[in-house]
Amino acid sequence: METVTNVNQSTVAIDMTPGRVFGAYLEEARSECLRYMRAPGFMLPIMLFPGMFYLVFGVLMAQPGAPDAARFLLASYSVFGVMSPGLFGFGVSLAIERDGGLLTFKRALPMPPGAYLLGKMLMAMLAAGVVVVLLLALSQLAHVSLSPTQVGALLITGMLGVLPFCAMGMFVGTLIKGQGAPGMLNLIYLPMSFLSGLWFPLPMLPKFLQQIAPIWPSYHLDMLALAAVGMKQGPLLGHVLALLGFTAAFLLLAARRLRRNG
Amino acid sequence: MSDSQHVVATLKASVKRYGKVVALDGFDLVLRRGELLALLGPNGAGKTTAIALLLGLIRTDSGSVELFGQDPQRIEARRRIGVMLQNADLPPTLRVGELLRLTASYYPSPRSLAESADMAGVTDLLKRPYAKLSGGQQRRVQFALAVCGRPQLLFLDEPTVGLDIESRQKLWAAIRRLIAEGCSVLLTTHYLEEAEALADRVCVMTHGRMIHEGTVEALRARVALKRILCRTALTLETVALWPSVGEVRRDGERLHITTAEAETIVRRLLDADPQLQELEVQRAGLAEAFTELTRDAEQASDQLQREAA
Repeated sequence: METVTNVNQSTVAIDMTPGRVFGAYLEEARSECLRYMRAPGFMLPIMLFPGMFYLVFGVLMAQPGAPDAARFLLASYSVFGVMSPGLFGFGVSLAIERDGGLLTFKRALPMPPGAYLLGKMLMAMLAAGVVVVLLLALSQLAHVSLSPTQVGALLITGMLGVLPFCAMGMFVGTLIKGQGAPGMLNLIYLPMSFLSGLWFPLPMLPKFLQQIAPIWPSYHLDMLALAAVGMKQGPLLGHVLALLGFTAAFLLLAARRLRRNG
Repeated sequence: MSDSQHVVATLKASVKRYGKVVALDGFDLVLRRGELLALLGPNGAGKTTAIALLLGLIRTDSGSVELFGQDPQRIEARRRIGVMLQNADLPPTLRVGELLRLTASYYPSPRSLAESADMAGVTDLLKRPYAKLSGGQQRRVQFALAVCGRPQLLFLDEPTVGLDIESRQKLWAAIRRLIAEGCSVLLTTHYLEEAEALADRVCVMTHGRMIHEGTVEALRARVALKRILCRTALTLETVALWPSVGEVRRDGERLHITTAEAETIVRRLLDADPQLQELEVQRAGLAEAFTELTRDAEQASDQLQREAA
């Protein structure tokens, strides 16, 4: 039997100061933003698609006598637009990076836990902000009058509202590797948008679909967005809690899968 | 107590299964400070699984894994390692300098950007986007990322695949410098000359088990054995009794004799059987010894399975 001694852990300073840990988070977020800004082909379609939709259905096809329709659609297309940086920005990039080995490499490195996900989250929030600003600008073509408070409320709703969809996208990204993810995400994105009344107002949908609408996170975010632009009265806490619940549930599911399968 | 007794990483009786496939079957490994251990073996032997365990990427089904006396899934343990994986698609639009800056930010006291770049020979590439580099250049950048954190243990998985001869030599020189500074290296490679050039110890594995472990000299010693082939009327039993004869087996009409002293045995063979024909003396290279080693293990495991069936 050989006699062996473990290297004393105190022989070398391996303490990471809180400042350096914070710096690592910053570097990660900075890299994440940089890489997507340099590859506009990935994020740009995601951000422009809802704007185009809104321009056609909310602005160009708007009935002159119904300014409320343009206001209503501003809220629901904002939600539609915010969902995609969350689902696709998060889900697709995670699926591809799992496939290409980048995530494995990062997990082997001493990257602070969560830095990778936080970086992606920040990027999705920025993209969501851009989408909402774009729709707000387009809404002025349809003469939707908004108070500064309403503008701010919609922007904040959009930027925070992206988070449940980040969590959902992340979960899907842990289920599917590589190029299969976009198709799968579209299968979730488009039906869910329709079923939560983002394309047509809910009352125009069959009764059954109206009843099950609360199971979709996008329904709850739409309620918040409508309230932000002054189209809905009443308590909002239930919707906020529902969104928090969705976020937590998908985060937990995704984290569990990542830990087990990588 | 000398430095060579310091243990930086261990696998003890590690077992890892993927469904019915046993990737590691009671595997042991000890890596000490300042030594380079080369892990060799055919594809599917379990090398990647062994490394994934030590990096904390997966967990063992049984047995223990330690990195600097800690669970490798603890970030404190991984702050002392550098990693170069076999395939990792790094973000294509980031520049080399940005990748280095990001990776260095994970470590408590990293090397300067210039120093890491210099060690890997990528100083002239710092401003270039990663995707614009050639395969060999990307490999060198990955080496720079592996050393940028001033690691005490370096994992190099097939580090010189795709490198030209000059880059390979430079990388070897950099690795030797790191070892001289007390850094430990766990290397996996398909190039036996690489193991020969760098390794203090080699560990050959197949089917998730260690089948040979020792110094490069010990592996060479197996190679020093020569093989004599001939057609002779002498029986296997007769030859087996001669001194300095290792293994003897009959293959059809030919006798295969393994020995360290080929000249003596050949002389004796010719004396004993003047009719002897088709005499051949072969010396196996390191690569052949390795192939033989793994083939023997293969046959043994086949036999085990047959006996079990």
